[in-house]
Amino acid sequence: MYKIIDKQTINKDIDYMKVEAPLVARNAKPGHFIILRVDEDGERIPLTIAGIDGQNVDIIYQKMGYSTQLLGQKEIGDTVADFVGPLGKAAHIRDKKHVVGVAGGVGAAPLLPQLKAYKAAGSKVTLILGARSKDYLILKETYEQFVDNVIYTTDDGTFGEKGLVTEPLERLLSEDETIDHVIAIGPVIMMKFTVQVALKHNKSIDVSLNPIMIDGTGMCGNCRVSIGGKTYFACIDGPDFEGHEVDFDGLMRRQSYYKDEEHQCYLRLKDGK
Amino acid sequence: MANKTPRTKMPEQDPVKRSTNFLEVALGYTVEDAKKEALRCIDCKNPKCVMACPVRVKIPEFIKQVLNDDMEGAFDKIYEDNILPSICGRVCPQESQCEGACILGIKGEPVSIGALERFVGDYGIENNLADTSVETEKPQKVAVVGSGPAGLANAASLRRKGYQVTVFEALHAYGGVLNYGIPDFRLPKDIVRKEIDNLKTMGVKFVKNVIIGKSITIEQLKEEGYEAIFIGSGAGLPSALGVPGENYNGVYFANEFLTRVNLMRSNSFPLSATPIKIGDTVAVVGGGNVAMDAARTAKRIGAKRVMIIYRRDKESLPARLEEVHHAIEEGIEMNLLYNPVEILGENYEVKAVKCERMKLGEEDSSGRRRPLPTGEYVTYDIDSIIVSIGQKPNPIIKQNTSGLTTHDWGGIITDENHMTSIDGVFAGGDAVTGAATVILAMGTGKEAAANINRYLQSK
Ligand SMILES: Cc1cc2nc3c(=O)[nH]c(=O)nc-3n(C[C@H](O)[C@H](O)[C@H](O)COP(=O)(O)OP(=O)(O)OC[C@H]3O[C@@H](n4cnc5c(N)ncnc54)[C@H](O)[C@@H]3O)c2cc1C
Ligand SMILES: Cc1cc2nc3c(=O)[nH]c(=O)nc-3n(C[C@H](O)[C@H](O)[C@H](O)COP(=O)(O)OP(=O)(O)OC[C@H]3O[C@@H](n4cnc5c(N)ncnc54)[C@H](O)[C@@H]3O)c2cc1C
Ligand code: SF4
Ligand code: SF4
Ligand code: FES
Repeated sequence: MYKIIDKQTINKDIDYMKVEAPLVARNAKPGHFIILRVDEDGERIPLTIAGIDGQNVDIIYQKMGYSTQLLGQKEIGDTVADFVGPLGKAAHIRDKKHVVGVAGGVGAAPLLPQLKAYKAAGSKVTLILGARSKDYLILKETYEQFVDNVIYTTDDGTFGEKGLVTEPLERLLSEDETIDHVIAIGPVIMMKFTVQVALKHNKSIDVSLNPIMIDGTGMCGNCRVSIGGKTYFACIDGPDFEGHEVDFDGLMRRQSYYKDEEHQCYLRLKDGK
Repeated sequence: MANKTPRTKMPEQDPVKRSTNFLEVALGYTVEDAKKEALRCIDCKNPKCVMACPVRVKIPEFIKQVLNDDMEGAFDKIYEDNILPSICGRVCPQESQCEGACILGIKGEPVSIGALERFVGDYGIENNLADTSVETEKPQKVAVVGSGPAGLANAASLRRKGYQVTVFEALHAYGGVLNYGIPDFRLPKDIVRKEIDNLKTMGVKFVKNVIIGKSITIEQLKEEGYEAIFIGSGAGLPSALGVPGENYNGVYFANEFLTRVNLMRSNSFPLSATPIKIGDTVAVVGGGNVAMDAARTAKRIGAKRVMIIYRRDKESLPARLEEVHHAIEEGIEMNLLYNPVEILGENYEVKAVKCERMKLGEEDSSGRRRPLPTGEYVTYDIDSIIVSIGQKPNPIIKQNTSGLTTHDWGGIITDENHMTSIDGVFAGGDAVTGAATVILAMGTGKEAAANINRYLQSK
């Protein structure tokens, strides 16, 4: 059992949680993730490690469906049944002069440790943070403490520029010659279009892929992704990959394979089992 | 010397009924059955059966005790060599091991050694007979990586000697393939749980959710004072077909399919939160135990038509004979001498599988006739396809342990003492041999324990 040390509501959909897990904290690096089960009948869900604090691990999760909603019902002092990690390959922090991080929605959480690592390695760091609307822009203050530039976008124009993250990216890449790398983390559709912009400007780009996972140890093969016609297991070969040749359409289809079933599970939670 | 009495049959669930439930297929012997079967053994002076058992269970001796109604003695006798008799009695490929060598098999039917071992093992569980005593406590700490049969056998042997043994398991449940791979209808999970409970009683510590190489590295284990380490991390990495369409929705590796059902209990979805979806018509590629388990599981969770697609003939099927027999009884179609060449789909979802008809040519290095392409094709309409063509050792430990040498295909290299290229680090089971059997994994776990004992004594 893993104890919840702290919990905060970031907005209606997103919570932050600090969980006591010394064996995860010990070797964790930016880019690593964990898999947890809320209770004994729970499914195994992957979440990125958003930060490490001694024996504790920070996660930031969006309450998408059944399991994340169930997690959201847990409070400080409660426990979750299982919490394993660090999983995946640590992010490859490249030797770059000026990196643009592009985050969509809850993607701001997994991007945070990576951008911090780039900053610490001496890169100039620009952030484009996008969300549906003002209330969904997360980690604003945290990022503002260390990034060199920041641009906000919201779909509805309630904060920052109105529109998608790809628009300011397009502009930055046309105007600023010093930019030599992009990282994009967020919904698959956002990463797909961000990669197209980077490709157009001939910039390298890393993305973080989030297929459905079970074990996270390379055993089941559920998490496979197609990149340049080759198959990779996101849990052991990733989750971060060079973005140019990723089959994003295939990933989207694989992510939604259980949509109807997930909805069924979610309804059960709403009806109180 | 031939024994003309036929084997005592084990009662089984009716095939039609059982193909809709997860209860055990074979129901086990009664005391009368067991004694009747025990009577068939002629107590050979030079028992061939024992030599053919990888852990050398003293077969005629335990059988004689069954005959004498001394079930406790029979259990103790087996337990000296095999700490998981209830499991091995159920899943060993007896026809190619103990029973395959039984002298009675030459002119008639061999003794049902597996069935007897299962009977005695179950009797031991019911009556709590497992010897959980420890010789003399020793201060040295030993770490065991993985809770599959190799790790369990290793941990038990070392704990018996008195070492302070901790088993680290990556998943949230113990047992390795016994737990997440082999389905309930062949190996009920409470048997696995009870066998593991015996080790806990003995004083073996179990820690779940720890991935050695990630959560703790081998080097860190040494720093923490583990004086010897045994790696029994298995062969979990699934092999791909390498044909177009393999990443469509509806294409499962057997590991994913079986893990969803056995470990995550998706057969009781939505009470358990992990779903599974296979549709009405399911193809299973492969001919081993894994393929049979996947096919029979697919039937049980509601598939109407399940077909095995295998590129050789029936005689070459590597699965246990009993499983092939049970699968056919349950209505699994056997499309033999077919090899999938393409998975066809629409919108990233499986619709059909195109297979090439094969014919058998010359014998290859494995002694089996090599399947050759014929240029004729057939296409089956399907809703999902489960790929079960083999597994390789998991790369996590290798990738995170400098100095650990492995073969090109991933198997950990060990010397005659089961020691790896790193001093004090031993390995066994599927992680070393590639996908093999429960009893071979246990055998190497046990042998490695003897070597670890010697290593620690001479330190
Ligand atoms: C490496 C990795 C890192 C991630 N990091 C974060 C993070 O930091 N914060 C965050 O909010 N989310 C993260 N996710 C996504 C998160 O795992 C899913 O949102 C969560 O599993 C949804 O579960 P649910 O039951 O609440 O929703 P559901 O209603 O069950 O599912 C909603 C969608 O989530 C995805 N999903 C469902 N089950 C799984 C599963 N077992 N594994 C992966 N995806 C699944 C599917 O695409 C599904 O359509 C990450 C995913 C991966 C693979
Ligand atoms: C579906 C199926 C059916 C089978 N049927 C039969 C049968 O009928 N008869 C038979 O004899 N054999 C059968 N086998 C084969 C048999 O199960 C295996 O040969 C045997 O389980 C191997 O044992 P092991 O201990 O080496 O590995 P495993 O049983 O694979 O156990 C390895 C364990 O180590 C854990 N692990 C891996 N990496 C790490 C790490 N880095 N840190 C911590 N833990 C880790 C894994 O999670 C796993 O629990 C079957 C296999 C499958 C998949
Ligand atoms: S352990 Fe397996 S091979 Fe050995 S006697 Fe028992 S059933 Fe036969
Ligand atoms: S070979 Fe057969 S008959 Fe002989 S001891 Fe073994 S089981 Fe009995
Ligand atoms: S999640 Fe199972 S192999 Fe990646």
